[in-house]
Amino acid sequence: MSAEDTPKDYSESPINLEYFYTAGSATTRFLNQVKEGNIVGQGCPKCKAVYVPPRGSCPRCGVATDIEVPLIDKGCIESFTVVHIPIPGNPIVPPYVCAMIRLDGANISFLHLIQDVDIENIRIGMRIQAVWKPKEEWTHSLENIKWFAPIDEPDVDVATLRFQES
Amino acid sequence: MIQAGVIGVGQTKYDAKRRDVSMAGLVREAIDNAMLAANLEWDAIDAVILGKAPDMFEGVIMPELYLADAIGAVGKPVLRVHTAGSVGGSTAVIAASHVCSGQFKTVLTVTFEKQSESNATWALSPRYPYSPHINAGAGGYFAPFIREYIRRYEAPEHIGWKVAAKDRQNALKNPLAHLHIPGIDEKMVSDTPMLWEPLRYLESCPSSDGACAMVITAQDQVGSRNVAWIKGMAVRSEGTLSAGRDEVNPQAGIDCAKDIYNQAGIHNPYNEIDCAEIYVPFSWYEPMWLENLGFCDLGEGWKLTDKDATAIDGGLPFNMSGGVLSSNPIGASGMIRFGEAALQVMGLAEDHQVDDAKVAMGHAYGGAAQFFAMWIVSSSLD
Repeated sequence: MSAEDTPKDYSESPINLEYFYTAGSATTRFLNQVKEGNIVGQGCPKCKAVYVPPRGSCPRCGVATDIEVPLIDKGCIESFTVVHIPIPGNPIVPPYVCAMIRLDGANISFLHLIQDVDIENIRIGMRIQAVWKPKEEWTHSLENIKWFAPIDEPDVDVATLRFQES
Repeated sequence: MIQAGVIGVGQTKYDAKRRDVSMAGLVREAIDNAMLAANLEWDAIDAVILGKAPDMFEGVIMPELYLADAIGAVGKPVLRVHTAGSVGGSTAVIAASHVCSGQFKTVLTVTFEKQSESNATWALSPRYPYSPHINAGAGGYFAPFIREYIRRYEAPEHIGWKVAAKDRQNALKNPLAHLHIPGIDEKMVSDTPMLWEPLRYLESCPSSDGACAMVITAQDQVGSRNVAWIKGMAVRSEGTLSAGRDEVNPQAGIDCAKDIYNQAGIHNPYNEIDCAEIYVPFSWYEPMWLENLGFCDLGEGWKLTDKDATAIDGGLPFNMSGGVLSSNPIGASGMIRFGEAALQVMGLAEDHQVDDAKVAMGHAYGGAAQFFAMWIVSSSLD
């Protein structure tokens, strides 16, 4: 029996789904600033926690984060992993460093890349700063930041980063 | 409150690809085994409660509707539960709650995942708009939390290898387990490629097809059946992106464990619980949960693992069935923990039975480690 004659009980048929994504008011405010090269977190009026990227509400207090809090593009590595597997359809080449970035003045972290440093020298608590794409490439996306790179400042004790209501 | 107990646990054979059955065939295999174990006829079932992880894993939206025949739910109340990876545990808790409340006398509950129908790793890591696409599966998400645990408590790297080897050695005693790796040991684990530092290939769970079902009934329906009495159960969640959250030691996990210990009258969980099936999809979550669940002080979890306390003949056996590291149909993985805990106190765990197990714990977590579900089962009602 040839291969064509072998009965098949299984076949793969991938499907492609496209979604329309509505950012919502809080994310829209944030992304409009990101397009201009600014990182503006949002603060909780009750506990004063600062969220970046903001989701529009404080999960601690259940209230809208209606205070705009301009931040700088410096911070530290709260933790990280070195990824050794490729992401299908993504040009990024392993190994690459995916880090929890905690910006100065922010009370949560977000994931971004670390580059311009030997992987073995990356540490929890290391100080880092955003490396931006050229201004003409800026869009409504945190992809305006190519990656974060280490800066020559003393490491941070990450235990001191935990938010406590004052 | 009405006392409830598990009178039947049914599981499928777990495998990477169960091409011999459809989704409906898979859930029915677990249900038939549970109904047989419970020795019940279909008319004794008052309601069916189904759980699974995100529908995009198979691309079938609200499958509980199309599965109505297969799960014996035609003309009966059906409820769907959905709490990411913890769903198997929370489904069991929701099912038991409907018995304890008096709403139903006997409930059939089933959970499943047929991961071979798509690709769970990348279903979990789609490209989100307006942000860089660097998230690479659940392991990539949890690895930074694990790295912080290791840094915080100066844990040596062999602890992860040890958990991975121990759970796979247990799996060799469980014919239903997906992974059977002859001769598995720490060296074999440490020789496998790095995926998401510090996690190596064999420190990570597989992707499995499988289902798990249970029949839960009220005390007055039990008769002379073998039963695992539910002594305490709870679910908790916390805000994933909440300021002040400790991802290494989530408050929701601490609170959930305290709740079930209080319900069950347990003061010293390490001494009073005979064995536990704890959701460990990546090796390091064993020491992390040992601490989170109050079995030891912070920073002492890896030392318990290192001293073989969690081995099948140790002071507090963990994951006698092989755990999530050996079989991982995500939607069912939590219920397998709850069901295996029940089998232990019923004395039905066969080759992976812990001698004289009277009190056992089942645990599940999910999402970004913000969903928790747990229960305590006992061989006696007292």
